[in-house]
Amino acid sequence: MNKILLIINREYFSRVKKKSFLLATFLVPLFFIGMYFAVFYLTMKSFEDNHAIIHVVDQEGSISEQLKSNKNITYSFSKEDLQQQIEELKQKEKNNNLLIIPADFYTSRRIELLSSGKPNMATLGEVRTQLRDIIRNEQYRKMGFNVDSIRNIDDKIQIAAKEVTETGDAKESHTEVAMGIAMALSFLIYLSLVLFGTQVMRGIIEEKTSRIVEVIISSVKPFQLMMGKIIGIGMVGITQFALWILLSFGLITIATSALLGNKDTAQQAMEQSMPDMANAQIEASKSGFDISAALESVNFPELLICFFIFFLGGYLLYSALFAAVGSAVDNETEAGQFTMPITMPLLIPYVLSFGVLVNDPHGPIATWLSFIPLTSPIAMLVRIPFGVPLWQIIVSALLLIGGFIFTTWVAARIYRVGILMYGKKASFKELIKWFRRSA
Amino acid sequence: MLDIRNIVKQYSNHRALDDVSLHVPKGSIFGLLGPNGAGKTSLIRIINQITAPDSGEIYFDGELLNPKHIERIGYLPEERGLYKKMKIGEQMIYLAQLKGLEKQEAIRRIKYWFEKLNMDTWYDKKVEDLSKGMQQKVQFVATVVHEPDLIILDEPFSGFDPVNAQIIQEEILELNKKGATIIYSTHRMESVEELCDNIALINKSHKILDGAVKDIKRSYRNQTFTIEYEPKVSNGLTLTHTDLFEIVSENTTEEQTEITIRIDASKSLNEILLYLIPQVEIHQIKEIIPSMHDIFINQVTQSSTSNTANHE
Repeated sequence: MNKILLIINREYFSRVKKKSFLLATFLVPLFFIGMYFAVFYLTMKSFEDNHAIIHVVDQEGSISEQLKSNKNITYSFSKEDLQQQIEELKQKEKNNNLLIIPADFYTSRRIELLSSGKPNMATLGEVRTQLRDIIRNEQYRKMGFNVDSIRNIDDKIQIAAKEVTETGDAKESHTEVAMGIAMALSFLIYLSLVLFGTQVMRGIIEEKTSRIVEVIISSVKPFQLMMGKIIGIGMVGITQFALWILLSFGLITIATSALLGNKDTAQQAMEQSMPDMANAQIEASKSGFDISAALESVNFPELLICFFIFFLGGYLLYSALFAAVGSAVDNETEAGQFTMPITMPLLIPYVLSFGVLVNDPHGPIATWLSFIPLTSPIAMLVRIPFGVPLWQIIVSALLLIGGFIFTTWVAARIYRVGILMYGKKASFKELIKWFRRSA
Repeated sequence: MLDIRNIVKQYSNHRALDDVSLHVPKGSIFGLLGPNGAGKTSLIRIINQITAPDSGEIYFDGELLNPKHIERIGYLPEERGLYKKMKIGEQMIYLAQLKGLEKQEAIRRIKYWFEKLNMDTWYDKKVEDLSKGMQQKVQFVATVVHEPDLIILDEPFSGFDPVNAQIIQEEILELNKKGATIIYSTHRMESVEELCDNIALINKSHKILDGAVKDIKRSYRNQTFTIEYEPKVSNGLTLTHTDLFEIVSENTTEEQTEITIRIDASKSLNEILLYLIPQVEIHQIKEIIPSMHDIFINQVTQSSTSNTANHE
């Protein structure tokens, strides 16, 4: 077997077989699924418990007739004494409320809501909406408007926000969704590049401090050892991502269909489990914005392919630098002074991705950063959800390939000298010397 | 086996090897000697193709040294090291495969060695669970498992207790008998006389001495003898008045006298005996042959002083 394959093999399987890898592979999706079901379960529960009974004490007199019971709230009106009602409320189970509407309600716009348990947010929202309608209608009436005709005014407009591309096609643009995806990608790639780069560095430090490196490089070329390690760990990364994606989708699908035989309940619960989404959906449909259409507008295959290209390119580029650092130091504490400047170019686009990159994804800063190999893995991925011309992606990818060939070349020369330097505190000056010496 | 010609290795601020040439005969045990920092490790790394010399060539078995020779060399570095968290068995297979063995063949040979050295139960252990001496044993097996033609051992006995050191020494001799050439780098001189046929002494980047051990020792003889005798005449004997030899030391007890003499280069031992026999009853005569240790110290000090002189 080819020796570099042997090294890749060892680097890969010694990590994949570790308990911590298995743990991370299964726990991370389980954690997400756990979160998912926790939200799901809590919403289901609150959905069931949501029904509130509101006893109304209407001191104003005209309000109670305008309050309408619905599936979430049942109003009951009694003429009993307020103090007595409060006493009764104390005895009652939760979801019983006492709504006290003062006589000067229209002017003070204050009410009191006493609850047997913790006041339910949904109930509060519902009551607020209904009372606001009542006040608004009253004010319209005072101003002499016909309340019914006002209610019938239809002021909805549909904005079809479209982006005109160079080919003249107009496609719908969904900035918010693109932003969300961009930020998520930026986070994911930043984290994984640092994580796996550090693993390469650790592996090299381990070989150096345990001195096995001398035995190994008497059998293989230092370059083979370095590349074998980088490729092996890179494959661990890809395996981890692939397993996460597969496991998450698989588990969610199985668990959802198993736990909830009734599809309607599931559907309902799903909608409820994402109240923000649902609210956003309602808000959005008012303004002519449709989330599902927006999600459809994102080209997921393109995104996935680009993610793997730029993850791999970025990984190869940075792990070579981490390898050089690992070869130069004797322990991880010493590595700090070198990893800082290395992660800097990664940190800059990461931080910017929460600001200028998503706000102006086609501006000069974003465009330049997405071409420079050190920053392009993050910057380009942030831009892609907003739609990037294919030629830019290709140029950026080619520059990235050139970039990692260059860093690998530089790193290999430092590595070759560094791994045999025991107990020598390296400085940047020293590294340059090593680089020259390897000529 | 190995022909090293005019090797120069320059580091940024010092020259590790300066025009070093050596010949390692096939089937020999070759002692590579020298004080710390002399350049031994640099030379060994060049032979292992870990680093390249700035100039000079090395011929391995008649061919210019090239990467395909790597599999025919076994190297035990002075700084030992194994993967701490990897199981011994897997680690041995991995290292053997890196030296070009097929997996099945590697397993077979590891089994042979582990049985031979009583390491059968170690397969599933991790290196960090073994004692230092045990780790050394594992490392020794890793060095020789691919049956290399040339075995380079850098201080192989350090870290071993006397029992295990003896076992390893016997294994080295056996490997040598089976045809392997061994380069033994050390500064433990007593073991050099015991093991080596040939040596080279390196000091301050230069080779200062090399050749067969017996030739070197012969050339370092300086006609010095210890003679134990009993005077024949009761009034004793004073040997001072002769130009045949010079007395280095003298030690007289009631029964006998022991003197150490250095005889003039032009005289032979027989002439001395002719002079002595009528006068004394000789009990024992022994030539004093310098030990490798003495030669080592002598040479290193000499070359150091001459070096200093050159610099001035």
